[in-house]
Amino acid sequence: MTQHGTYGGTRPPEPQGAFGFDPWYDELASGREGWLPVAPPPGGVPESRRNGPAYDEAGAVYLAVQRSPEFQEVRRRHRRFVFPATAAFLGWYLLYIVTATAAPELMARPVGAGPVNVGMLAGLGQFVSTALLTWLYVNRARRRWDKEAFDLRWDTQLRTRGAAR
Amino acid sequence: MSLDWNHQTLALVLFSAFIAVTLAITTWASRRRQGSPEEFYAGGRLFSPAENGFAIAGDYMSAASFLGISGLIALYGYDGMVYSVGFLVAWLLVLLLAAELVRNCGRFTLADVLVTRLRERPVRIATGTSSVVVSVLYLVAQMVGAGTLVALLLGSADSAVRTWAVIAVGALMVVYVSCGGMRATTWIQIVKAFLLMGGAIALTVLVLLRFGGDPISLLSDAAERSGRGEDFLAPGLLFGENLVSRLDFISLGIALVLGTAGLPHILSRFYTVPTARAARRSVVWAICLIGSFYLMTIVLGFGAAALLGSDTVRADNSAGNTAVPLLAQYLGGGAGTTGGTVLFAVVAAIAFATILAVVAGITLASSAAIAHDLYASLARRRADRPVREVAVARVAAVGIGAAAIGLGLLAQNLNVAFLVGLAFAVAASANLPVLLFTLFWRRFTTRGALWSVYGGLVPAVVLVVLSPVVSGSPDAIFPALDFAVFPLQNPGVVSIPLGFLAGWLGTIGDRTGADVTRHAETEVRALTGAGAA
Repeated sequence: MTQHGTYGGTRPPEPQGAFGFDPWYDELASGREGWLPVAPPPGGVPESRRNGPAYDEAGAVYLAVQRSPEFQEVRRRHRRFVFPATAAFLGWYLLYIVTATAAPELMARPVGAGPVNVGMLAGLGQFVSTALLTWLYVNRARRRWDKEAFDLRWDTQLRTRGAAR
Repeated sequence: MSLDWNHQTLALVLFSAFIAVTLAITTWASRRRQGSPEEFYAGGRLFSPAENGFAIAGDYMSAASFLGISGLIALYGYDGMVYSVGFLVAWLLVLLLAAELVRNCGRFTLADVLVTRLRERPVRIATGTSSVVVSVLYLVAQMVGAGTLVALLLGSADSAVRTWAVIAVGALMVVYVSCGGMRATTWIQIVKAFLLMGGAIALTVLVLLRFGGDPISLLSDAAERSGRGEDFLAPGLLFGENLVSRLDFISLGIALVLGTAGLPHILSRFYTVPTARAARRSVVWAICLIGSFYLMTIVLGFGAAALLGSDTVRADNSAGNTAVPLLAQYLGGGAGTTGGTVLFAVVAAIAFATILAVVAGITLASSAAIAHDLYASLARRRADRPVREVAVARVAAVGIGAAAIGLGLLAQNLNVAFLVGLAFAVAASANLPVLLFTLFWRRFTTRGALWSVYGGLVPAVVLVVLSPVVSGSPDAIFPALDFAVFPLQNPGVVSIPLGFLAGWLGTIGDRTGADVTRHAETEVRALTGAGAA
């Protein structure tokens, strides 16, 4: 999936920043700079044109990309993080909500000598866990799948453009 | 609240200044327009992540949060905090499962994401309808808030003042949207986000300075002056009455956390940046801003309880909506002093700016749903459709404005925070299941999508109609009637699972099966960004 040379496209310089993949860099990837082929019409192919031979070929490209090991790996890494992370934060939030209704006396139990109790700490904990998970996700996305996804994008667009001709 | 002439004059001057700035932005944006859908719905897609992050925060932090949540905390302590927590945690769902994938697959609306793999016409009609319903509910909440706020701040109990405030807000939002499109709307959100954050930071610092920077003594004083002691900092004051109100609390909590990712005006914000990674960065900006803002609403709420006392807050407005303006007046030196007058007027003007900006964002999203989804599917196709579609969107904004004004006047006695909770519940029931199924479930079919949207939307709306919000209680829209057979105010705990269940049933019973090729296209595009608009 990385044989860009065969398509004769001008490959952009490697988007490598100080922290691995640099998300600021690909501001340029929107096609404004002109080097990135904008393959199928944005928003998908309109239904009226979905039966033409060009569309079938583009569909074959998407199927091939989807079945490629590179894409499978990107998808696996993405899902292996976001699904457990979603389950974890939703579970922790539901625990916070349900405990407040089912066991308010537990939430009212004081911590230390002051006015602080378990419920207040749990509420603050939600803020902390949100910040932590955001940081983890962004960091991971940058290191674990951004670059691979970017390569696949480049490759897929070149191939679907070829198919549309 | 009795206001002397100086308060009113200063508040009006600041209101007018903000309106002048926003109209200037609108004029500037409309002079550069070319009339393309890209420009009208998505502002040309050239906003930076930081700009979009501020705009998202501006779209999301409504007056209901600034005034309503702080007020609820000032009155009920701990139970008010659930709004602050729920509104923030919801963003994790947007960050992890929605923002980047939606940016990669879609163009302008939620339906654009779905039609990459589902049949276009029925799906557009379904999600267009649900998006309009969600937006109108949310708009009504903001309109009611605007009427109440302006009437309170101008110190007039006169219902004519409220009526004119609602009409004025409606007229202004139509002007912003139909003339300025997404570009004007976005810049208005950014200006508003700066004002709101600035105001919140200033008040928070002033509150903390009163307590020598010690939040523990702030909490102790709040508990003491609330008249409830330790109970003020524990759950139960607002929702602990009986089993029904506890269930309502859970229902609201679930709706808050799942609704955000289904709000059309939030989803459409991701289309204003060039790439999925820019969308991710905008969410990170938004989470930072929104998280610190909701932390500050907690400080302000407990600060109002500690410095003013819950009874003083309740005496001024039984729903607590004036807690923050009163707190500002107190921090500035008290009623009658120059400092108190200035701070009060500034806070009032910020709250007003907040409402104007939020309604503009929602109006734009709903006019996009009408023109891009409903009109484009129902009307016959023409060669010049893109230009005509934008014209339809501009007209749709006028219609939405009129509907929101009418409903806003009808619902004047409803609690703003509850109305917002309803909009979130409908969004979570009708829009979230179909979005997640489309992005993550291989076998999902068009029939499943239709079942999911209508199977979430219809129960949510019907349960609201049958709830005590509409009839059978003194605060209801129709207090004289009583057909409230559903006890909960918020339908989320029932209607959200129904939306997911309907989508699942509709899909597994569909013998045609999913389109493998188009599922491949959706998945590849969502994760890599190939062919993104």
